[in-house]
Amino acid sequence: MFVARSSAVAARLLEEEMVIMCPRTSKLFVLNAVGSAIWSALDGGTPLSDLVRDQICARFDVDFETAMAHASEFVQQLAEHGILITAEQPITNQVSLENATQEAG
Amino acid sequence: MIGTTVTIGDIPVRLWSRDRSFSRLVRKRYANFVRSCSSDSAELIISLSPGHSPQADQELKVFYRDGTWYIQRGDFSAEWDMLSRRGTVSQPRSPYALDSLLRILHTLILAQQGGFLLHAASIIRHGRAFIFAGQSGAGKTTMCRLAPPDSVLLSDEISFVRPAAFGYYAFGTPFYGELAVPGKNTSAPLSAVYLLEHATENQIEELPSRLALTQFLRNVLLFAHDPETVGQVFSSALQLISRVPVRRLRFAPTPRVWETLEQVVCS
Repeated sequence: MFVARSSAVAARLLEEEMVIMCPRTSKLFVLNAVGSAIWSALDGGTPLSDLVRDQICARFDVDFETAMAHASEFVQQLAEHGILITAEQPITNQVSLENATQEAG
Repeated sequence: MIGTTVTIGDIPVRLWSRDRSFSRLVRKRYANFVRSCSSDSAELIISLSPGHSPQADQELKVFYRDGTWYIQRGDFSAEWDMLSRRGTVSQPRSPYALDSLLRILHTLILAQQGGFLLHAASIIRHGRAFIFAGQSGAGKTTMCRLAPPDSVLLSDEISFVRPAAFGYYAFGTPFYGELAVPGKNTSAPLSAVYLLEHATENQIEELPSRLALTQFLRNVLLFAHDPETVGQVFSSALQLISRVPVRRLRFAPTPRVWETLEQVVCS
């Protein structure tokens, strides 16, 4: 699975936790350190499994299966709110990704 | 057409109506906020329509299309051009529909200026504005009632905040809650934002920036859900928390809470 951040959200890393605001509902999400690490690594072009292995298992004390299960659930929840975009193929909308990166600034 | 210029937070909006008695109603409702006509006024033409449901509890829709904001609820339907700052509304004779529309318009205008309408009470004491934010029951009106007699009420329900050259200013609004008294049409530099919480003792706690941001944003009136406006408000909130202290105020409902606040200001 490939995952990209929606260009519509506003986000900022504060004290190692990502604060995200969903435009559709104005709902606020605060990601913990692991969630923030996943969020920061999402580029739309790297499979989620690779991100989990390289960014999560390498940095946090967690085995791949557990981390992957949690990451999948995390992605699914945020995708339901329109905050993340998922696809079976790499997501190549660079304009969208650039916007999301700027907002996460 | 009879025009009445209502100026909230130095933003003049000229309200036009063909109905003389409704214009009188408007002047009475916004009495302290009625100013003489200004050349830079935004303009809103009001058409009284008996066809609109007086029910205000229907879902509010605020959306932007081709340069125009559309604001619709059971009791009114409005269009607003942000560029020309002109719009129209079709609504019943009730002033409540206009009150709601003015709040929404001000959130849209303020979003472009880095400001906010907040679900909060605000009071001026010794030349500095205090904002007390919280949802219904948090103690906004209580803080206003407990304020010393030399305080100036800006609002017990909907507060108006905008950045200035140095810091932020809070302005009075005609929007009120339980107190049923409009605020004074004045302003003062913002001292701090306090997030209210009932307690048995008075205690003030500085909030780390993440909590300050999320708690502050939860009290921002935001009716539009387009990414641009939400992004503006999010960025503006980040700016505010970097320049204005956001604190949690645990308080017991006695006048001593104001002594506690004064101690913080003096320190």
